Amino acid sequence: MTQTAPPPNTPGSLDSVPNAAKKHWVGPWALLGPPGLWLVLLLVLPTLVIFELSLVPGIRPGDLVNPSGLDNYTQIFESVYLRVMLRSLLFAIGTTVVSLVLGFPVAYWIALMSPKRWRNLLLVAFILPLWTSSLLRSYAWISILRPTGVLNSFLGIFNLPALDILNQSPAVLVGMSYSFLPYMVLILYSSLEKLDLKLLEAAADLGATPIQSFWKITVPQSFQGIAAGSLLVFIISLGDFINPELLGGASSMTVSRLIYNQFLGPTQNWGFGSSLSMIMIFAVSAAVALLIRYGNTSSGKV
Amino acid sequence: MSAIQPNLDSQEDIVETMATPKLRISWQGAFSTVMYFLMYLPILVLTVYSFNESPYSAGWKGFTWRWYGQLFGDTRILTALRTSLAVALLAVGLSAVLGTMMSVGLSRYKFRGKKLYLGMSYLPTIVPDIAMAVATLVFLAALAIPLSLWTIIAAHVVFCLAYIAIVVSTRLADLDPHLEEAALDLGATPVQSFFKVLLPQLAPGILSGCLLAFVLSLDDFLISSFTAGSGATTLPMEIFSRIRTGVKPDVNALSVLLILFSGAIAFAGEYVRYRNQAKKAG
Repeated sequence: MTQTAPPPNTPGSLDSVPNAAKKHWVGPWALLGPPGLWLVLLLVLPTLVIFELSLVPGIRPGDLVNPSGLDNYTQIFESVYLRVMLRSLLFAIGTTVVSLVLGFPVAYWIALMSPKRWRNLLLVAFILPLWTSSLLRSYAWISILRPTGVLNSFLGIFNLPALDILNQSPAVLVGMSYSFLPYMVLILYSSLEKLDLKLLEAAADLGATPIQSFWKITVPQSFQGIAAGSLLVFIISLGDFINPELLGGASSMTVSRLIYNQFLGPTQNWGFGSSLSMIMIFAVSAAVALLIRYGNTSSGKV
Repeated sequence: MSAIQPNLDSQEDIVETMATPKLRISWQGAFSTVMYFLMYLPILVLTVYSFNESPYSAGWKGFTWRWYGQLFGDTRILTALRTSLAVALLAVGLSAVLGTMMSVGLSRYKFRGKKLYLGMSYLPTIVPDIAMAVATLVFLAALAIPLSLWTIIAAHVVFCLAYIAIVVSTRLADLDPHLEEAALDLGATPVQSFFKVLLPQLAPGILSGCLLAFVLSLDDFLISSFTAGSGATTLPMEIFSRIRTGVKPDVNALSVLLILFSGAIAFAGEYVRYRNQAKKAG
């Protein structure tokens, strides 16, 4: 990794130069050069390379790279792959909705209703599982959801019919929602924390029902948090590999799993895998652009 | 917790007591309790099964330490653990330096293309792991760089430095910029003022950034798998290859130990963050 050595300006030259103008040339390079170079070399350039590779049909390791067209992108429009993309999208949207519906009351309770002195602790307790291995948290759901697992033993107590959802789409949704719920709660919390309670109080004084004031005050006031949390969860679930792979079985092929198979699976096709990766990067960029735009307009309105 | 109490806005206090009558159990509270239970349920289940005598059945067949014993004799797991720790420590060490340089540089200088640079610094936190993994693998293959432990570390530095830079930047935003100027006015060289004034103030931010990056590096499966080649196997890669085919009792035991370990790191991280906040408020 010698190529990432700092640019020629040594920090020592800083000392001897009192004038500010010169300092301003040396400083940015000395501080921003090495980390910037690292990101350019190992993230920006590689992304450009896979973009180039995505234009090469049927490439395998060792082949000569000779970009020749959009075959890899047209291949995506075969119905098999369209279905895979649609499924990924639905998983991501489903996870976002589930996390929002489950996360909002929790964030609301922690931010506004729990005892004030416990709030930090309660928030930390809720997001603590994020610090543990995502692989293992997903793996734990196998023990819960498998046919003889915890869920069915529990249902058995009440003589309810057993659910067989492991290796099906619902299991993926459960795993993803569980994995990414803490992000949603974290972001909603920081937004709800700033909610002006006097507005709610005034609404109640003026005769609004709790449901009215929820839709007319709480939701618009925390809209930025809702948008940010939703887009974050959407982006993470769109790229998630572990939950579909471990809980989804053969029936829930997603884009991430498809990409993985193009590189580390039995049927390798680097060109096709690269074009899928590019599609994913574009999708995520679109979501981020949406977030930046929405974040700005809503802050202008409020 | 009491350290932040003096900060209470009295008006807010009144509203709060109105919003939460002491003896009423709200549905939000009840719902949250259920959600807290669900958040910890998988961890609880793993823990219980890790002591279960029967390796595969769901029923309880008696208490055993066997799976833990088996784990400590498992050289493949131990080697993978050592690899993971080496990767995480080296990647985080390097990222701490690079990430701090980046956030200090970004906070201090205005230059052409700064927005572009800033955007690039967020890329590793936005681009999905699978896409970063693919890009790195293809790039390394294009340059004919053989995959090894070092390529894993280089790839981990990319996201570690980005997260550390973000955490340090939030800390930097809270600092008094005049302190450094004062040091310069009093005759300190820029290098001196960096190491004697700025760095000590940034230390808590750097530390909590490092803890976060350390956990992320230990947790990473995709980027390691794509950049490891056949030479090195990290712990998540080893675990993944075992659990692909179903539930394994020794992996349950390993999970419990790892969760305890990362729980301890999380505790340390939150403690550092909490101390900072308390200091800020007090």
